[in-house]
Amino acid sequence: MSDTLSPESATLATPAAARTDSRATRLRNFWSDFRRSPVAVVSLVVIVVLAALSFGAPWVVPQNPYDMASLDWLDAFLAPGTVGSGGYTHLLGTDNAGRDMLSAIFYGLRTSFVIGLSAGALALMVGICVGLSAAYFGGRVESLLMRIVDLQLSMPAILLALVLVAMLGQGVAQIILALVVAQYAYFARTTHGAATVERGKDYIEAARSTPLPTRRVLFRHLLPNVLPPLIVVATVQVASAIALEATLSFLGVGLPLTEPSLGSLISNGFKYIHTDRTWLSIYPGIFLMITVVAINLVGDQVRHVLDPRNQR
Amino acid sequence: MLGYLIRRLAQAVVVVFAMSIIVFVGVYAIGNPIDVLIDPGATQEIRAKLIAQYGLDQPLWRQYFTFLANVAQGDMGTSMVYNIPVVDLVFSRLPATLELVLVSIMIATCIGIPAGLYAGYRPDSIAAKAIMALSVLGFSVPTFWIGMLLIMTFAVNLGVLPSGGRGDVGSFLGINTSLATLDGWSHVILPAINLSLFKMGLMIRLTRAGMVEAMRTDYVKFARAQGLTDREIIFSHVLRNISIPIVTVFGLELGSTLAFAVVTESVFTWPGVGKLIIDSILQLDRPVMVTYLVLVVILFVLINLVVDLVYARLDPRVRLKGGA
Repeated sequence: MSDTLSPESATLATPAAARTDSRATRLRNFWSDFRRSPVAVVSLVVIVVLAALSFGAPWVVPQNPYDMASLDWLDAFLAPGTVGSGGYTHLLGTDNAGRDMLSAIFYGLRTSFVIGLSAGALALMVGICVGLSAAYFGGRVESLLMRIVDLQLSMPAILLALVLVAMLGQGVAQIILALVVAQYAYFARTTHGAATVERGKDYIEAARSTPLPTRRVLFRHLLPNVLPPLIVVATVQVASAIALEATLSFLGVGLPLTEPSLGSLISNGFKYIHTDRTWLSIYPGIFLMITVVAINLVGDQVRHVLDPRNQR
Repeated sequence: MLGYLIRRLAQAVVVVFAMSIIVFVGVYAIGNPIDVLIDPGATQEIRAKLIAQYGLDQPLWRQYFTFLANVAQGDMGTSMVYNIPVVDLVFSRLPATLELVLVSIMIATCIGIPAGLYAGYRPDSIAAKAIMALSVLGFSVPTFWIGMLLIMTFAVNLGVLPSGGRGDVGSFLGINTSLATLDGWSHVILPAINLSLFKMGLMIRLTRAGMVEAMRTDYVKFARAQGLTDREIIFSHVLRNISIPIVTVFGLELGSTLAFAVVTESVFTWPGVGKLIIDSILQLDRPVMVTYLVLVVILFVLINLVVDLVYARLDPRVRLKGGA
């Protein structure tokens, strides 16, 4: 909301020089507001570190856990801290196939990030297109599109994703597609809500009266002003996509066992919870939890900063 | 009002029909159930006979119309795995799910609303911050992992509660339910807590937001000026005013609790409909999937309708329009 409000509040409340409208300044203002919450800053650092470690996994961890040739059955079920046949310490132990858990977790986390980010980005794009067209065209187009969105929103994403994955089959692309179909509605709803407010304002009327093509009015004039609430929804949805993928894989309908996934790792560890091999399910779960909670905490702070009621 | 009701009902019927076609086509696209059912060593003839028996050799549109004609007679087909009518199968599993949902909603309400009230009453206290942090956890940590931790802690390490399954079924007022026996309660409590956490997080946030807003309003100031204690103000004035949005969200969330039960039931091997749908997806039991999904669609359409109607009754400002 800061974008829509800053020009007005700048002229009304604060001297114009305090908030110039350049992008760099706005970003700097955003950051100085954001870092007021130490929890959010720590969460952001945690996300960046985890993302860096998981995308750099092949160079960081001692083993490629999904290359069968590098696995040794003799290393199965080593407790955390044991030195295996590879000559290095298995910090988080090994699983039933002799796979180093730390390596497997970072490979799984990479899949989580890939799925979360691409599902989030695609759902954002689809949602923006649906929401903007509904708000801009109005009438029957609007009522039809938003009716579908409302119906979808009344159903839990987990159920929709479950059914879609069952239809599409297992695999990274299939999961992303299912998540996009299940999640675009949240973005469409938010875009539509914000765009209907903007639609009534003079600058859109003015832009519409010029011979500018519709596409340009939508994406260059309307879109920038509805972005702030969408950023908040996006962080929440990325976290939710990561959790959904893990849940689906845990239930056995998500990624196939040949793909690294935190959900499958936990599901595999779940078989051993009646033994003392609890490291198999606890550690991947902890990494999943830290990732999801950190993203949500960052999202909470972004919401707080962008809320016009909290503007300085 | 009546015209609105009729229009909304007609819309609901159209939606259910459209969804039933989507569901049917979608489920049809999932693999070939015969390959899962049949012994790999069976001859081509047995295979062809079985395919004909299930009507899988017919074109899709004809299968759909056969399905519709059967549904009109109350026949949703026969489970390919259990070999009993799907309607019987689903209804035999439904009580277990309803028990679970009921207990979890009770837990979420009894803890969530007081916690939310307190967090909104003293928003800057440490306890309130702790409550909010817990609500973020309940909101964001995946249900299945918390369920697993609960099993590890209470069933494996402490050994005080069973790790899964449904307990003894007793009879209470003529209803057969596991909530009538102590064993039943010991089985239901862990999965119910697991299922309630998400809802509890939501309740806490909603109640807190309503409370914070209400405490700033004029009627609270006037009540204070009148000399009422905070307790009286909160319980006789504020709670009544903030309950409308809570009740609405609650109604909507009832359906999603049923859906979330899919995950909890799988973790705790709770023999409800959620476990049934996961099993039937994994075993390609098409009639069960179609029935479950159509039932869910009907349920959600009904919940939406009822919430809209109740909301209109509760809040006279809501005008019942055509409902485009």
